[in-house]
Amino acid sequence: MSILVIAEHDNHAIRGATLNAIGAATQLDGDITLLVAGSVCGAAAEAGAAIAGVDRVLHADAPHYEHALAEELAPLVAACCEGMTHVLAPADTFGKNLMPRVAALLDVGMVADIVRIDSADTFVRPIYAGNALATVKSNDAVKVITVRATNFDAVEAEGGAAPVETAGNLPGAAGLSGFVSLESPESERPELTSAKVVLSGGRGFGSGENFRLLEDVADKLGAAIGASRAAVDAGYVSNDYQVGQTGKIVAPDLYIAVGISGAIQHLAGMKESKVIVAINKDEEAPIFEIADYGLVADLFRALPALSAELDKLD
Amino acid sequence: MKILVPIKRVVDYNVRIRVKKDGSGVETANVKMSMNPFCEISVEEAVRIVEAGKADEIIVVTIGGRQCQDILRTALAMGADRAILIETDVAVQPLAIAKLLKAIVEREEPGLIITGKQAIDDDNNQTGQMLSALLGWPQATFASSIEFTGDGIRVAREVDDGLETVDIKLPAVVTTDLRLNEPRYVKLPNIMKAKKKPLDVMTPEDLGIDVTPSIEVLHVSDPPARSAGVMVADVTELVDKLRNQAKVI
Repeated sequence: MSILVIAEHDNHAIRGATLNAIGAATQLDGDITLLVAGSVCGAAAEAGAAIAGVDRVLHADAPHYEHALAEELAPLVAACCEGMTHVLAPADTFGKNLMPRVAALLDVGMVADIVRIDSADTFVRPIYAGNALATVKSNDAVKVITVRATNFDAVEAEGGAAPVETAGNLPGAAGLSGFVSLESPESERPELTSAKVVLSGGRGFGSGENFRLLEDVADKLGAAIGASRAAVDAGYVSNDYQVGQTGKIVAPDLYIAVGISGAIQHLAGMKESKVIVAINKDEEAPIFEIADYGLVADLFRALPALSAELDKLD
Repeated sequence: MKILVPIKRVVDYNVRIRVKKDGSGVETANVKMSMNPFCEISVEEAVRIVEAGKADEIIVVTIGGRQCQDILRTALAMGADRAILIETDVAVQPLAIAKLLKAIVEREEPGLIITGKQAIDDDNNQTGQMLSALLGWPQATFASSIEFTGDGIRVAREVDDGLETVDIKLPAVVTTDLRLNEPRYVKLPNIMKAKKKPLDVMTPEDLGIDVTPSIEVLHVSDPPARSAGVMVADVTELVDKLRNQAKVI
């Protein structure tokens, strides 16, 4: 089997979810090629070569790959699929944007957001916000797949020594779209999708200002901060905080949901967490049905108390 | 300019779904069905674009059984001008949907296609991107704002890092995210008016498209259940349990 994995990177470093996609690829038991396509992205290609389990890095460098626009990347990826049995990318906004376009160019179906690999052609994926699991068999010649990172172990970022080949005959610029800007909130906290501890707030906070209570506790736990859709819609925090069916999928060691009622769309994004804590003043809140530890309390009292209690730990 | 809005009929957002006992799928008989929430946002956006004078006709299209006419009528009541039902009993997959839509695009020649980023039943998030690829058009997925510029549109996209802004040429495909707009409530007189708006019915065969799925669904099951844990009395007990029992802090 020949597997192509599409690296997600910023032209310098490879993003974490790529390591999980390679982790999934290793389960397929074949030759793994990592495609690093970008602009002046030699450093990212070198980083890719060091990843454990990668057999070969294909480095495609051109100005029109700088911002990973799907219109530019898809023809390249499709061309690189020649002779491949599988092509994988992370099921985040990068992979979701790109891979269906690749599949259509190849005239094959796509298996999105897999959580398990049963065989070379059979995969398990969540449907209905994770309220059901579908086992699907792809009859396509090339399996185009996005991988839910939280369900596959990451491979080591170091230790490999794969050869780097420079891709030639690159498709010319499509020129249909242009990058304008990326507005990305500065944060020194761990990244939401890879953090060991996540603290999420919901509508119960009442304002963006009140999210400071959460930040104080997050600082003490080294946690990332997330939010329910309700909190994002209300404008308390920006969209990149959203955990859920249509936001980010997280599975930390500890997930603390504060002032979140627990709509199924939110649970879809966090119910694979190892330990779930719910703090809510409504004892009927559905979040308690899946929480390992539940505390019925007003968050405006509970969070300062939690902060003080954490100070007592050594 | 015409706007084409592909929409889907799904199990209503608020319904707690049940997996069929024989593992063949999810129960949809006698379950409340609605327009996919992202599709409602798409229809709303198209109506606002027409209201702003940037386009003059909205065509909504869906693929599915005869009963899908209900969501087409809802879209017509929201302000769409015409509807097309591509009638089939096959559970058509995204690539074949994209091919059917491409055939409609060739007939109708819209300048803009707006569709939901994903349907809340299969959670595929594929159709818009596939359609865009087949047409050779640009795409702006996960849109949270659309603004008309000289010869194209500027779209803010909800991505994992925050908000990415792109300029794309028209014609183009846009897929909508949750914060693009809040769909309007449909008023009764508009529901009455919608009944008189044109609704064409055709089949995949009429369009010459093979809709045989390439991906077989072998089995559908319940996810592993997560049982409720314990309630703690206060924060002190919570911290103690997290440290000494769960050992996560």
